[in-house]
Amino acid sequence: MNDLYTRRAVVAGMGVLGLGLLAGCSPARGLEFKYGKNMSNEILGRKFNLKDPQGNPRTLSSFYGSMPMIFFGFTQCPAVCPTTLARAAQIRQMLKGRDRDLFQVVFITLDPERDTPEVLDAYVKAFDPSFTALTGTPEEIAEVAKEFKVFYEKVPAGDTYTISHSSTSYVYDTRGTLRLSLGHSLNAKECAEDLVTLMEIC
Amino acid sequence: MAVSLQPFKRGLAAIALLGLALPALAETTVSDAWVRASVPHQQSTGAFMTLTASSDSKLVGVESPVAKTVQVHEMTMNGDVMGMREVKAVELPAGKAVTLDPNGLHVMLMGLKQQVKEGEQVPLTLFIEDTKGGKQTLQVQAPVRPLNAEAGGGHDHMHMNH
Repeated sequence: MNDLYTRRAVVAGMGVLGLGLLAGCSPARGLEFKYGKNMSNEILGRKFNLKDPQGNPRTLSSFYGSMPMIFFGFTQCPAVCPTTLARAAQIRQMLKGRDRDLFQVVFITLDPERDTPEVLDAYVKAFDPSFTALTGTPEEIAEVAKEFKVFYEKVPAGDTYTISHSSTSYVYDTRGTLRLSLGHSLNAKECAEDLVTLMEIC
Repeated sequence: MAVSLQPFKRGLAAIALLGLALPALAETTVSDAWVRASVPHQQSTGAFMTLTASSDSKLVGVESPVAKTVQVHEMTMNGDVMGMREVKAVELPAGKAVTLDPNGLHVMLMGLKQQVKEGEQVPLTLFIEDTKGGKQTLQVQAPVRPLNAEAGGGHDHMHMNH
């Protein structure tokens, strides 16, 4: 964890020197992520219109002021989804103070037919009580997946099905601009480092 | 896991001793079996373990009273896409430890009849066949680990809390 603080101190120092950096979320060119991909110039994930497990409508603007990390999955997923959620919980523990408060994990189900709001809510909160989940009609989910260029497909398994899907996590800044994508293979520390880089400019 | 398997291993040892005059019996051992906890009404979860066969064998089926359907699935990563497919049999080469974990081959317990809670034991019955057609049925009591349990003791997470 110490190197995260060191990095913060260095970036904060740079911020004081470069006055432009103090004026809220700066342009993308200042962003250099060590592990993840800079998404600032990608036309991706500009909107969604879904519901949280309590039935409240949620759009990207619902998360203004926080830094949502969005990813897609389903609760019957044995592998990538629990690992990604467990990683997200570790990332949150690594972030301190304001950074931790800003960080908001959002899990969007790709299986709205089976992931009822109750199951979804219990599932994400088993990893961290601060996590939230979003769902919608199958059509709404398909639309959001398309907006994020997220691939998913049902794979028959016995008398039921499982789902193959993209495993990348997407991070927005506090103003709802997509900034960073974090691959499945990165560990929590690597993700946290990149998140701190982003949080320093916002 | 070792604890719950011990009586069974002892039983196997006894059978092996009794059967010295019989043709060598293919024998598969199971270690580190565990099941991921589920939340209420969640319909499926995964079971994980390490299998070692004494002679070339195959895992051809799994049953459990907690689930309507039990299948072996294989997870593959193709770019950033996680793919999932059913596997009819898992090869168990002689003497080689084959791990069923969340990052590759694993057992899926589908159509859960009840919530699987941390601290419980889930009975699993494994059906194994060797290349000579010999059949073995293994009973395993797999402890339930929390929903956020990591694969194989947290390979890349060991260094994170310093």
